[in-house]
Amino acid sequence: MIRLPLVLFFSAVLFSTGVYGVLARRNGVLVLMSIELMLNAVNVNLVAFSQYVRDIGGQVFALFVIAVAAAEVGIGLAIVILIFRNRESINVDEVSLLKW
Amino acid sequence: MTGQEYAFVVLALVGTVGAVRLVTAKNVVHAALYLVVTLAMVGSIYLVLGAEFVGWVQILIYVGAIVILFLFGLMLTKAPIGRESLDNQQRGLALLVALAVLAGLVFLIQDAFHWGDRKMNLVHNTTGEVGRSIFQHYVLPFEAVSFILLAALIGAVVLARREERE
Amino acid sequence: MLSQASAETYYQSYAVVLAVLAAGVLLVGVAFLAARLIAPHRPLPAKLTTYECGIDPVGQGWSQSQVRYYIYGFLFVIFDVEAVFLFPWARIFERLGYQAVVEMGIFIGILAVGLLYAWRKGVLKWV
Repeated sequence: MIRLPLVLFFSAVLFSTGVYGVLARRNGVLVLMSIELMLNAVNVNLVAFSQYVRDIGGQVFALFVIAVAAAEVGIGLAIVILIFRNRESINVDEVSLLKW
Repeated sequence: MTGQEYAFVVLALVGTVGAVRLVTAKNVVHAALYLVVTLAMVGSIYLVLGAEFVGWVQILIYVGAIVILFLFGLMLTKAPIGRESLDNQQRGLALLVALAVLAGLVFLIQDAFHWGDRKMNLVHNTTGEVGRSIFQHYVLPFEAVSFILLAALIGAVVLARREERE
Repeated sequence: MLSQASAETYYQSYAVVLAVLAAGVLLVGVAFLAARLIAPHRPLPAKLTTYECGIDPVGQGWSQSQVRYYIYGFLFVIFDVEAVFLFPWARIFERLGYQAVVEMGIFIGILAVGLLYAWRKGVLKWV
């Protein structure tokens, strides 16, 4: 037996840490790592609610989120590597060509 | 507090410490290793929650494969060591926003699920149950995942192959 | 959904895993602690170099690797995800029969197209 809010609080902490990482980091790879933290927070919620409402669909969607995260990391890192090849730097605040 | 709650709190604390060290680390490789700690703890939490298959998939894909990809990314992009060059100038603002998000989420959770009266009676979900759910109810999302992976693979090949033309 | 009794055996079986893990950590920890306590420690400048005998290291510890290795890594991740979906499939395909085989056939077929594309583009060549 676990109280549901306990799990949800952990997930909230993980998500906020990810938000801080995305906003405070300028290294592209570290930004992607922080995004992984946020995705994991969502997955914790999916699994917790799947146990709470006794529906295994939540766990299935957690699996799909993990698979999509794998694809997202692959493309994200490929873009970061390409930026590094063109600019010799992966600081996301220097990639501002399309910015207003 | 039950035994599961104690186990959960210990794992959650270690995972939180790993996550905080990840976003404050001065060295990118250390950050990747803290990511491993956090992901492994989240996987163990799935095991405690009774979602056995998801827990091992977390270890297998996240810790075993995605972190490897991150390390490849770090090796291919030479990053300077030191917090000043890894962080931007908005650290205070970012902390403020993150704390605001946390406060909002905690308030909403507290408001929606009052502390104590929402209890999960944990059951053990086996791989077979997950399989039955995927292949009977979620066939279309399952096939869509293969298309996403295909698109990602082609995209990565196209992006990384630019090198050959030079 | 299983009953409460089998949830008990589930946690008990993982308690065994936890005990083995703790024993392993303890073993390594005690070995390192004993080595630190027992081993004599007399540092000399020559002993503290990276290679005590042999040539001196040149350059930085960081060496740039090639982008092509990244594609190998990503191919591994993609087929790791595919393998993960094979586990629940293997548990139930006997029950679902023909239908499950078709579903998994489509899944693997689509991913095989990606492998074929990577092969035709020549990224699988080891140079």
